[in-house]
Parts: sequence; structure tokens; C-alpha cells
Amino acid sequence: MSTDRGRIRITGFDADRVESREPLSDWTETRDTETEGRWTRAWREFRRNRSAMLGLYIVIAMSLLALFARPITIAGVTVQPISLAPYDPGAILYAQGLDVSAYEAPSLAHPFGTDGSARDVFSRVLYGGRFSLSIGFIVVLVTAAIGLVYGAVAGYYGGRVDEVMMRLLDLIFAFPGLLLALIIVAVLGKGYWELVLAFTAIGWAGYARLIRGEILKVKENEYVLAAKALGARDRRVIFRHVVPNAIAPLIVQASLSIGTVVIGVAALGFLGLGLPPSSAEWGTMLDQTRQTIVQGPGGSIPWWVTVFPGGAIFLFVMSMNLIGDGINDALDAQEGEDVARGGEV
Amino acid sequence: MSLRRFIAVRVAATVPILFGVSVLTFALVHLTPGDPIDQMVALNPQISAAEEAAIRARYGLDGPVWQQYLTWMGNVLQGDLGTVIIVDQPVLPYIMARLPETIALGLFGWAIALLIAIPTGIYAAVNKDTLGDDLSRVFALSGISLPNFWLGLMLILVFALWLDLWPVLAPDKPLLSTEMLWYLVLPGVTIGTASSATLMRVMRSSMAEEMNKEYVTAARAKGLPERTVVLKHVLRNSLISVTTIAAFLTASIFAGAVVVEQVFAWPGLGRAFVGAIIGREVDLIMAITLFTGVTIILANLLADIMYAVLDPRIRYD
Repeated sequence: MSTDRGRIRITGFDADRVESREPLSDWTETRDTETEGRWTRAWREFRRNRSAMLGLYIVIAMSLLALFARPITIAGVTVQPISLAPYDPGAILYAQGLDVSAYEAPSLAHPFGTDGSARDVFSRVLYGGRFSLSIGFIVVLVTAAIGLVYGAVAGYYGGRVDEVMMRLLDLIFAFPGLLLALIIVAVLGKGYWELVLAFTAIGWAGYARLIRGEILKVKENEYVLAAKALGARDRRVIFRHVVPNAIAPLIVQASLSIGTVVIGVAALGFLGLGLPPSSAEWGTMLDQTRQTIVQGPGGSIPWWVTVFPGGAIFLFVMSMNLIGDGINDALDAQEGEDVARGGEV
Repeated sequence: MSLRRFIAVRVAATVPILFGVSVLTFALVHLTPGDPIDQMVALNPQISAAEEAAIRARYGLDGPVWQQYLTWMGNVLQGDLGTVIIVDQPVLPYIMARLPETIALGLFGWAIALLIAIPTGIYAAVNKDTLGDDLSRVFALSGISLPNFWLGLMLILVFALWLDLWPVLAPDKPLLSTEMLWYLVLPGVTIGTASSATLMRVMRSSMAEEMNKEYVTAARAKGLPERTVVLKHVLRNSLISVTTIAAFLTASIFAGAVVVEQVFAWPGLGRAFVGAIIGREVDLIMAITLFTGVTIILANLLADIMYAVLDPRIRYD
């Protein structure tokens, strides 16, 4: 980048467009190369971070294992024929004529042992990833989108609109999220989409507050004034100019909250308020084994029914947090570069 | 703005939030299709329409929603929080009987969180980028990634079942006996670990930031031993930022109690709440929700005021 261009550059402003703006009629929607470059740089930074990459590999591996655990059939058509899990997660093995009893210790045939209903824990843990992971990703996507719009509107308009919108957030923050999720599930009933809704209802507030704070900072920039002076509508100013420059913390927050949601879903499962009791969801599996652990089945302790499902949650959440920290570092370094460039002017 | 004025303004601002919290609590439970009476009727089809109306009137469930809210709020303000149907006992004494158990658990969790977080945070900030610092970061990362219910189960598995150091179930002793306090260690660690990890991160970064300030250089130049510089000057200033997240952590300990009390079969408010949800004890759900909301708001208020007292600059914002 030449010094010349550095001189007129303002962060987040599309410099190429400035050059092609004369004459005004030449205004074209050129590809936003500057933004692309920014993310490419962040990705390069991220790839260099070994612990973050380890987290990414683990998350990808766990997602693939969950996806390919059992065949997926949509409306009678098998879209995913692979079956990595050796047994049906719901199958009670001795009922199928197999020589398997309840609480069998891990062996070659059953690497994670069997649970109290003689089901294969390994198959259940693989398959169970589907619930936690998909709910985690869906909830974070939806909540981030809602929070983004809400926070952007509140922060951009400010004044009374902001005041009212933020008071509503204060209400949500007055309760521990898990408590609200429990009440919502109690009201709606148990089930997959009920869980998604419950965690969406409590999750968006954090993003809204975060993005509002960022918007307040970003909207003071001169390019926002410039965009307004050029006659851009509010919606365009918010979503083309302000939001892209305020979004980095949102992405960090989103990557860190996937783990929070996964733990929350499992916690509800553990409390018996998540999915139906026989489902292979990780938290629900732990709920079923708690009684056995606490009362002791007499004789040997079936540690495997506790260690493996919980270990899966821990491994996934830990990896997600490694990724989140990595993204944070990558985007922070990015901001550092911006600051350095600003110093040149 | 003087300190007194700041506190007055802050307290006044709390009133509408408290009102909102009560509305939200009420709305969550009541604005859903099918109130408890509908369910009662559905389960007992022999109830006649006249009887249904009488039951509604008795529980204040006739009339429009706003009127129901006012009735409920009026009762709450007079200390009448309704009835726990399953034991046919008023809600207030039912909650009061369980509150000390939860407070004991929370305080234990707090104590353990502080005991781990403050020294580790100081150590990590003073010895930045050493092996110890790295280890403390691994601890923090694991701490926030551990699901508390799983941590609790694992602690029971290892320390109660395998090593036999703790009883699996709480001894039948008064809350302030030695046996009980000893028993509380495992639940306390379970509930405190996540908070401790968060607290340690805040402690470390705020200590590290304070270490770069000029007064530290001045104190060193004065010839003070490094110990005094760190433990007296830097630590005091870093603790300010710790108080700000204290309120947040109170909320997370409350949420933790819901789960941890279930793991250890601890007879506190959290377990009562889960029981209330499973048994659809509407009055109890509302009472505990309202109680939690009010507690957290007051904790936030206290944190803000403490922050203003500790850091005189804050009032002039």
C-alpha cells in the first residue's frame, strides 16, 4: 500500500470507491476488496495460532462424527448413508438378542461400555453430538442476528429510542439465563425446538448490548458523516458502513457463546427438562446416570456412563473457547495494525 | 455529582427496573395459553363451569390480566406469595427454610473462588509469560469450559466413591456443624470453579494493567520492596475491577445453585425451583424468579455504589 493512499485512508472506508467516485456517475458497486483483505489477514493470523487450530480441528471432527453417526433420512430419501456408530443409539442391546448386559465396562466391542439399559454408550455419545452441536450453532446464529439488529438500531438512533430499548435489556440481565430458559421450557414443554427458542430468548441480549457499545464508538467516525452527506438512507448507513466496522467483537462473542449454549442445553437435559428422557443428548445421558453414581449400584462403579458424555461436552466447549480466543487474538492484532496505520497519517 | 447524589440517582433508577422485573416474572408465567386452572379442569373433567369460576376467583385468576397482576403484586408486597400446593404450605416460609442452604453453598463457592482466583491472578500478572502464567491460563480455560454438573459428578466419583474422603450424601446434621462444613467442600468447589476462572482472568488483566502505571514506578523508585508494591499498591487498585464483576458472579452462582444442588441433592432454593418447574408450582416459580431478579438487581446496585466509593473518579463521568 503506497504512502499516498495511506494518507487518505480512513479505516473501514472503501478507498477504491473514493477513487472511482469522480465523476459521481461512475459510482459502481465494486467488490469490497478492502474488507476481504481484512478477513484474509485475520484468518492468516488465526492459522498461526496453534491452540486455536487444535480447537478448530476438534470441533470439525466432532461435528463430522455427529453428522455421520447414523444415516440421515429426509422424507424417505436417505441423504447421508454413512453410519459410524456401531449401534442404534436407542437400541437396548440384550433385547436384540445380543449377549450384552447393563453397565458393562468398556471393551473392544463397546469402547465406552454400556449404560443402565444396556445401550452402547459410544454410539450414544457420537449421536448425541447432533443435539448439542446443532442447537448451539442455530441458537448462536439466530441470537447474533437479532442482537445485531437490535443493538445497531438502539446505538445508531440513540436518545429516547436507545433508553427504552436498553431498559428492556436490563430486565433480561436481571435474571440468570439458565433460570429464564428453565421457565420458558417449563411453559412451552420439552423438545428440540423448544430448547432452541428458550436459548434464543435469553441469548440475544448480550449481543445487543455489545454491538450497541461498538456502534456508539463507530458512528462518530467521519465516514459515517460522509455517507450521510452523500444521501445514504439510515438503513444503508447502519448496515453498510457502521455494522461492518463494529462486528469484530460480535464474532468473538458468538464463537465463545456456542460453548455456553451447549453447556446450557446439557444442563437443562441434566435437570430432566431438555429432551425426552431416552434421547441420547449428552446432558440427558448424565441425568440418567446420576442416581446410579450417587446411590452406587453396589459392587463396581460404572464410571464410564459419567465420564464419556460429560467429557464430550467438556472437549467441545473447551475447543470452542480455544477458537474464540484465537479469533479474539486474530481480530485484535488486526485492530493493532489499524492503529499503527492511523499513526502514519 | 456528590457521592450522596450519585447513590440517590442510582437507587431511584432501580425502582422502574424492579417494577419491570415483577411484570416480566408475571408475564412469563401468565401470558401463556392455559393457566393452571385450565390444566386442573382438563385433568378433572367433572369440574363444572360454576366450580371453575369459583376456583378462579379464589386464586385471583378471574378478571383481566392487568388486574391479576395488581392482585398478585399487592399480595406479594404484603408478604403473601401464594401456596406450595404439594405440601399445602405458604410460599414464604417454604423459601425461607431453603434460603440458608443456598446462601451457605453460595458463600462457600464464593470463598473458594476468591481463594483460588486472587492469589493465582496476582501470581500470573507478576510472572507474566512464564510457565506459571501459562498454567494459570490453562486452568482458567478449563474452568470456564467445565460443565458444573459434570464437574460435580466427577468429584463425587473420584473423591467420594473412589477415595472415600467425603460422604456421598449430605450428613443429617445442622448447617453449621463441622461435618456439614466438610461436606460442603465438594459442592463449593463445583459451584465456585467457573466463577474462579472468570475472576482470575479479570484479576490477572487488571493487575497487569495497573503494574504499568506510573505510581508503581514511583513506589519502586522510593525504594519500597516489590512485595509491598504489588500487595499494597497494585492489588488495592486492581480489586476495584473485581468488585464490578462481583455482581455478575452473584448471578452466575445463583444459576449454578440450580444445577449443583441437583447434583448433590442439596435442599436449597435451586432444587426447590427445579421441583417447582417439574411440579408446575406456579406460585413458587414466580416467587423464586422474583426473588432472584430482585437479589441480582440489588447486587448490581451495591456493586455500582461500591465502585463509586472505591474509585472517586467514577462520579464525575
